[in-house]
Amino acid sequence: MLKIENLGMNFSGFQALNGINLELQEGEKHAILGPNGAGKTTFFNCLTGQLYPTDGVTHYKGKKITGLTPSRIVNRGIARSFQRINIYPKLSVFENVQVALIADKKMMFNLFRPGAALFRDETARMLELVNLTDEADETAGLMSYGKQKQLELAIALSSEPDLLLLDEPTAGMSPQETMDSIALIGEIASKRKLTLLFTEHDMEVVFAIADRMSVLHHGELIATGSPDEVRNNEEVRRIYLGEHADDAA
Amino acid sequence: MITQRNLILLGIVGAALLALPLIGSLFAIYLVNEILIFALFALSFNLLLGYGGLISFGHAAYFAIGAYACAVLLTTFGWPFFLAFGAAAVISAVCAAVIGYFCVKLTEIYFSMLTLAFAQLVWAVAFKWIAVTGGDTGFIGVAVPDWLDVPVRFYYFTIVVVALCAWIMWRIVNSAYGFTLVATRENRNRAEFIGVDVKRIQLVAFILAGTFAGVAGSLFTLFNHSVFVESAWWTQSAEVMIMSILGGVGTFLGPALGAATLLILDRFITEWTVYWPTFLAIILLAVLFFFPEGLMGFASKRKKKGE
Repeated sequence: MLKIENLGMNFSGFQALNGINLELQEGEKHAILGPNGAGKTTFFNCLTGQLYPTDGVTHYKGKKITGLTPSRIVNRGIARSFQRINIYPKLSVFENVQVALIADKKMMFNLFRPGAALFRDETARMLELVNLTDEADETAGLMSYGKQKQLELAIALSSEPDLLLLDEPTAGMSPQETMDSIALIGEIASKRKLTLLFTEHDMEVVFAIADRMSVLHHGELIATGSPDEVRNNEEVRRIYLGEHADDAA
Repeated sequence: MITQRNLILLGIVGAALLALPLIGSLFAIYLVNEILIFALFALSFNLLLGYGGLISFGHAAYFAIGAYACAVLLTTFGWPFFLAFGAAAVISAVCAAVIGYFCVKLTEIYFSMLTLAFAQLVWAVAFKWIAVTGGDTGFIGVAVPDWLDVPVRFYYFTIVVVALCAWIMWRIVNSAYGFTLVATRENRNRAEFIGVDVKRIQLVAFILAGTFAGVAGSLFTLFNHSVFVESAWWTQSAEVMIMSILGGVGTFLGPALGAATLLILDRFITEWTVYWPTFLAIILLAVLFFFPEGLMGFASKRKKKGE
């Protein structure tokens, strides 16, 4: 479904990503594990059109997506969430999701249909899915961090992606919030038959939902396989799990 | 949102406008007529500033293009009135589309600078293309049709046109497109990542704003029977921005209130002092410091508190 070949990103001398090769099968839940600064967010930005990679090419469903604008890539069926909250803070929770549905349904250039009346049922259903029904009329930016993360997920899901990229979906959450939202993400991904690619620095989260995983270290993928395989990989043990076990946990 | 209260207020204002000629003051008719024209101009500007978050320093260009187009088509070419009036709006739209195509490629201050540069270009053309525009002397003696060349008739004609345009704009800002435009203002990056082509959304806003500005310009031509090159000068762009901010960019009708306030103050203060710009500056400072959401924003907040 997604085929990444030799992807590289060089920020005027600093090699943030180097020679990344990765293939995702449909329905796969793939985690990218790596400490802060490993290049996880850069990797996502290169895949989604936020950044133009300096090397390599990515194909999605057999078609090249490298070089497309973010909006084109979304329209191909790849949606993403962001590590740092990225919502419309001054709009209501309801409107945050509603406008994503308007965009998904290609109504955004419709000058005549009243926007407020559109996709109300779909919006309500989406909010129910991420447990934000009671917060529908709240101002998005004033909610708790965890709830804003849930909203972020709802916005990404509203694009009805086949491939969903989540950048550290549990960053900044309490352990309880983390487990809840991981359960939610796993459930939604299975129910909607999503292919999931997510970055994470927490091993437990990875093992809870990933079928396969890769380890990103200094901008290079040093191992790819099932969580068990990766856990037992010599190199991973040595440079990631071994002496830095505390960072990984 | 249309609350019942707002609807009643709107009804009162509408009735007052319709009844104004009954008091028999030509001065009042002229003043309110001018206010209505500039209210339309300010409403069009607010599509960009208030709804799109786009700061244009060159909105006068489309006002002037509409004004000259209407004057030239009516007078030089002798087109039938409604054809000329409609064509002027179309010409403004086309010019806004061409200029906007380049402007929306840039963001923030670079966008603003480019709008200013293009507007000055429009001014330069109006200034130098003497054969068509009359240049520095202006375009004088516009062939306003006889049936319209009566102050009260033209006043009602203005009401109809402005009300129709305002209603269309109101529909637009509340449409699916209007929602999306607000989303691009609130968070451009997030909008891109829900699949919105932000530049195209902004280009549409630019074209719409330019079109309605052109209609306001046409009305101004008919109102004055002339067009002067000053209507394309950057101070005209600044004036419409001042009107919008004074009235409040966060509300639909705020800029119209701003236009009324500015023109009324201008008319009465210039009667007893030549230091009108000084007073304008003080008023603006007061508004920015004490009512940052403009007069309309202030009024609606007061109302909420009272309830």
